[in-house]
Amino acid sequence: MTIQEQWIALLTILRKEIRRFTRIWVQTLLPPVITMSLYFVIFGALIGQRIGQMDGFDYMSFVVPGLIMMSVITNSYSNVVSSFFSAKFHHSIEELLVSPTPNYIILSGYVLGGVARGLTVGFVVSMIAMLFADIPFHSVGVTVAIVALTSVLFALAGFINALFASTFDDISIVPTFVLTPLTYLGGVFYSISLLPEFWQGVSQLNPVLYMVNAFRYGMLGISDIHIGVAFTGVGLVTVALFITALTLLNRGTRLRS
Amino acid sequence: MTKALSISQLHKTYGNGFKALKGIDLSVNEGDFFALLGPNGAGKSTTIGVISSLVSKTEGEVSIFGLSLDTDRVAAKKQLGVVPQEFNFNQFEKVFDIVVNQAGYFGIERSVAMKSAEKYLRQLGLWEKRDNPARMLSGGMKRRLMIARALVHEPKLLILDEPTAGVDIELRRSMWQFLQEINAEGTTIILTTHYLEEAESLCRNVAIIDHGTIVENTSIKALLKTLNRETFILDTREAMTNDPIVEGYELACIDSHSMEVDIEKGQSLNELFAVLSDKGIHVVSMRNKANRLEELFVNLVAGRKSVKEGNEQ
Repeated sequence: MTIQEQWIALLTILRKEIRRFTRIWVQTLLPPVITMSLYFVIFGALIGQRIGQMDGFDYMSFVVPGLIMMSVITNSYSNVVSSFFSAKFHHSIEELLVSPTPNYIILSGYVLGGVARGLTVGFVVSMIAMLFADIPFHSVGVTVAIVALTSVLFALAGFINALFASTFDDISIVPTFVLTPLTYLGGVFYSISLLPEFWQGVSQLNPVLYMVNAFRYGMLGISDIHIGVAFTGVGLVTVALFITALTLLNRGTRLRS
Repeated sequence: MTKALSISQLHKTYGNGFKALKGIDLSVNEGDFFALLGPNGAGKSTTIGVISSLVSKTEGEVSIFGLSLDTDRVAAKKQLGVVPQEFNFNQFEKVFDIVVNQAGYFGIERSVAMKSAEKYLRQLGLWEKRDNPARMLSGGMKRRLMIARALVHEPKLLILDEPTAGVDIELRRSMWQFLQEINAEGTTIILTTHYLEEAESLCRNVAIIDHGTIVENTSIKALLKTLNRETFILDTREAMTNDPIVEGYELACIDSHSMEVDIEKGQSLNELFAVLSDKGIHVVSMRNKANRLEELFVNLVAGRKSVKEGNEQ
């Protein structure tokens, strides 16, 4: 396929993905917005007032970056895992497999679809957060870069989950038993400086901690983690996941008999 | 003549050790209307799966219009349209979007894709349904949608895996007509079907596959010539009370005005009619009891089965 033909194929997949999650916006866009609004009200406005300041910011401002990142992570992941698994389950993925579309375009199309949903939800949640907190935006570049990179990383992880999944249960196991604990323990609600030294070390094994802190640095200018380390780590994991997903796709793992 | 499809020594062994294809050799000429027949589990769908890249081959070569699926995969895939046996589209997507998106996967610009989609949806009687989600279509419409989707990038080779399964007779006839039209316009068609009448009416050449090997590959005409015996139903003007006795023929009454007769190769129906006429029985109409190709198919497959059982004993 020529570059132009590949571009058309990529746009086709992306358009289809965006139409899918906007068509079912009550299931895809509305719930995270409601959930995050409740978090803002309960943790920020109600409980937050009693907690006081954290790292020099009121608690509401402190939790906002983590909550936005949490919604981006969850939505980027769940969009790709549910869309690609459904296509596999209902065999509509065969439309792509019989076509000359290269595998890296198929992978990129689905990942960009996940990123589109993750960032859409992230944007809406950010707008709502502005109503509750005053965010100084220390570095817009860092904020945008880390949120985009994180979204790509979790969209890739969702793709790999969908490739291996055989049942709808298989696509909910990872979000429930891996993603949620990592997110809640990834410094969304607290600074790891509050933890005993041992648990600070354990927390540093959690990849979500790096993303949340880099994002918080972009918005507020504070972080428990060095920004360079965060970007390097997230970047390397993203590249590793892309190579893994593409290799599986090229092999036809769980797609071709 | 250019080969639309060329398969050489194609083997497929599944992960569980089942050998679905055991060295298939097959070639289909450009412009042909070709039938690939075989009983359930013979290897038809696996063969189509390999050609359409949905099944990985274990060994062998597949070329589409001279383009190898191993070395010229992209170019080869562009020549091919596939209509699978099972519905394999997103049931929640709109009919128009399904067809236009498929063209997009082949790198066709959206404006061109929309025109092509309109052309085929109109030809297949689905244009009025273009904004409906696919799940709202009837079974026959869904089959036609898969044909429109397979044609939207104007492939030179169209493979249809049982396209008329579960389709009513009227719709089946209209689909036959459509397929004959696109074949006349130059599209090579390969068809698998369980309706052997369909293969006999539409196809010029045939391959019969059984237990993963090609057991017959010839023209439909040549194949029908090998038929040694046909059973006819004769309708008579006069009522009959007993089975008529004619030397050299086995006649059996079905009811008072019709009878069944087996005609061996070399026997003459005219001779039989003359003898019956002498006996005061006049034949007013006749028809084949079963589809001729069906008889052949059953004989071939049953013959192989008994040989195989014999070898095993």
